[in-house]
Amino acid sequence: MNMKDNILVLIFGAVILTMPLWAGIVGAGYPDLLQKFAIFGLFAIGFNILFGFTGYLSFGHAAFLGIGSYTAMWSFKLLTMNAIPAILFATAVSGLFALAIGFVALRRSGIYFSILTLAFAQMCYNMAYSVLTPITNGETGLTLTAADPRILDAATTEGLPSTEVFGMGLSGYHGFYFCAVILIIGFYISVRLYRSSFGLMLLAVKSNQNRMKYTGLNTKPYLLSAFVISGMYAGLAGALMVVIDPLAGAERMQWTASGEVVLMTILGGVGTILGPFIGAIVIKYFENIFSAFNDAVLNQVFDFLPDFIQGIWVSFASLFVGKGWHLTLGVLFMLIVIFLPGGAMEGFRRIAAKFKKEKEAHSAGGAE
Amino acid sequence: MEAVFLQLLNGLDKGGAYALIALGLTLIFGTLGVVNFAHGALFMLGSFCAVSLQKVLSMSMKVRDESVTFFEAYKEVPYLEIWFGDAGKALIDWTVPLALLITIPIMLGVGYVMERGLIQRFYKRTHAEQILVTFGLAIVLQELVKAYFGANPIPTPAPDIVSGSAHVGAWFGLSDAIVYPWWRLIYFLFAFAVVGAVFAFLQLTTFGMVVRAGMADRETVGLIGIDIDKKFTTVFGLAAVVTGLAGVMYTPVLPPDYHIGMEFLVLSFVVVVVGGMGSLPGAVAAGFLLGILQSFASMTEIKSILPGIDQIIIYLVAVIILLVRPRGLLGREGVMED
Repeated sequence: MNMKDNILVLIFGAVILTMPLWAGIVGAGYPDLLQKFAIFGLFAIGFNILFGFTGYLSFGHAAFLGIGSYTAMWSFKLLTMNAIPAILFATAVSGLFALAIGFVALRRSGIYFSILTLAFAQMCYNMAYSVLTPITNGETGLTLTAADPRILDAATTEGLPSTEVFGMGLSGYHGFYFCAVILIIGFYISVRLYRSSFGLMLLAVKSNQNRMKYTGLNTKPYLLSAFVISGMYAGLAGALMVVIDPLAGAERMQWTASGEVVLMTILGGVGTILGPFIGAIVIKYFENIFSAFNDAVLNQVFDFLPDFIQGIWVSFASLFVGKGWHLTLGVLFMLIVIFLPGGAMEGFRRIAAKFKKEKEAHSAGGAE
Repeated sequence: MEAVFLQLLNGLDKGGAYALIALGLTLIFGTLGVVNFAHGALFMLGSFCAVSLQKVLSMSMKVRDESVTFFEAYKEVPYLEIWFGDAGKALIDWTVPLALLITIPIMLGVGYVMERGLIQRFYKRTHAEQILVTFGLAIVLQELVKAYFGANPIPTPAPDIVSGSAHVGAWFGLSDAIVYPWWRLIYFLFAFAVVGAVFAFLQLTTFGMVVRAGMADRETVGLIGIDIDKKFTTVFGLAAVVTGLAGVMYTPVLPPDYHIGMEFLVLSFVVVVVGGMGSLPGAVAAGFLLGILQSFASMTEIKSILPGIDQIIIYLVAVIILLVRPRGLLGREGVMED
């Protein structure tokens, strides 16, 4: 952790905390979306600690998201509406699950590891829908009720309470700031990990695990720690989801949700510090923009085209917006993997390198 | 005894579907070394071949309903019925078996385009990247189907003649109460036939021999002077056809929607892992085995001891297999290890 990283974290913090001020310019200036940025950013940053640092592709991280959500929900129902215990419990419980699942799954590597994590996540998902209904409330999802015991603050609330931190309600921008602070802490920890000897060890495992083993190093504890840490991040993100909106459903454990976080990480840049967060923001931003579009809006936007072309173009474009947003996502996914495997961060680097070259060529030309 | 017999039957058709999908997946896995997450989408495309054919065949026009005399009533009558009478009616009735015929060229084409256009560029990339690009492709295919056919399951019934149930119990001297839908029986037999055909193709033809050689050692086959890449394109097409056929035949069992492939995808990967990566007999055996296990796990007697076991049994088996016998039931050692 050097000076440069400290500055990076400070700038990151400043950008996040001032988001409500400038996000309005790009049409993202409302708390719902900003909260999503922070939560999914945290999820992606955590996922990157496993996938980006060690190269182990987990397809089951959504399970931890769900476990975090349920745990936080039960903390609200049984103990108190204060969000702090909820997120602490959620992080701890999802960490425990990650420990158990990781202990088993990490006995294999490569594609087998991906399938093992997928199998575990599907088990969690299926059980949440069936046997565990008393805990998860199945398809309906877990919600707050007035009859919840809430041992610590049952007396002080009447009706359906809302989440709070020491008396401060967590709706709207308050909720965003709460998530943002946790996101910044999470980011700081991830940068610290990246620069630590532990992080270097993980990168070494990624580049050549066999060689690490030949040197006599047992890689398992390192991998397991990375798995648990990233599981805890996911659980924390899941807890934040219910802090913002007290409803926990099993559908957020589905494996396509795991796929989404993989996509965020890839899109931003695997193994980079900032990439996953950028990926999360880009996806959530465009999801919001694109899914709000419909034919009427499209017709308005492309009004300048001749009627004939407008008709064809709008019916084509409407495939990609509104409910068809996932199509755009899929296309994006493929384009990124095919042309820019390093994600947005590699794109930035390439552009920067190009400018540098041009500048050099320019200055060299000037000297002649 | 009777309950056990019935569960065995129940497991067989599901197992047949698993076996066929896993067979296609293993062909791609074992020969090409590509982890294809778009495999479920191929299954889905197959079943939508049947749906499209049904749409085309039952295109209809409004005709005055003669049976209603006291006011002007109209009913939809398919063109085929107007043109060919009863023969046309029969044609519509037999949509699903007919769809098999059009599915073969369509899926062959899909497989060819997919391999040439996309998969080929990913042979040398990491497994993670293969997973991601095919996952993206699966989403695209799925969303296109959804945009055209809508999100609801589309019923595609089997021909009337086989829509009833067979008195299977009586055949085996058991109680007559054991009945089993004809179509599922047909599905099971069909799966068996396709598996047999694929194995025969690989074992008995020269082409199959080359492909098997390529599976064992790709480089050497290339050195002999055989253009193995071209053969592999065909293998991919073959895998797509097998999977597509599985999809077509499954439509009467489960009305397809755009999401049907994703549900089968995860399962088929699990089946392949249990059977052994790169082992064709393993994939088929594991498909049937897991199908039967799953149907036994959903028996009430077993569920009362282990609640919820039917939901997780397949994954549980996969986890145990991967841990105690990592190469799967019939797999060779060292396949897909890094």
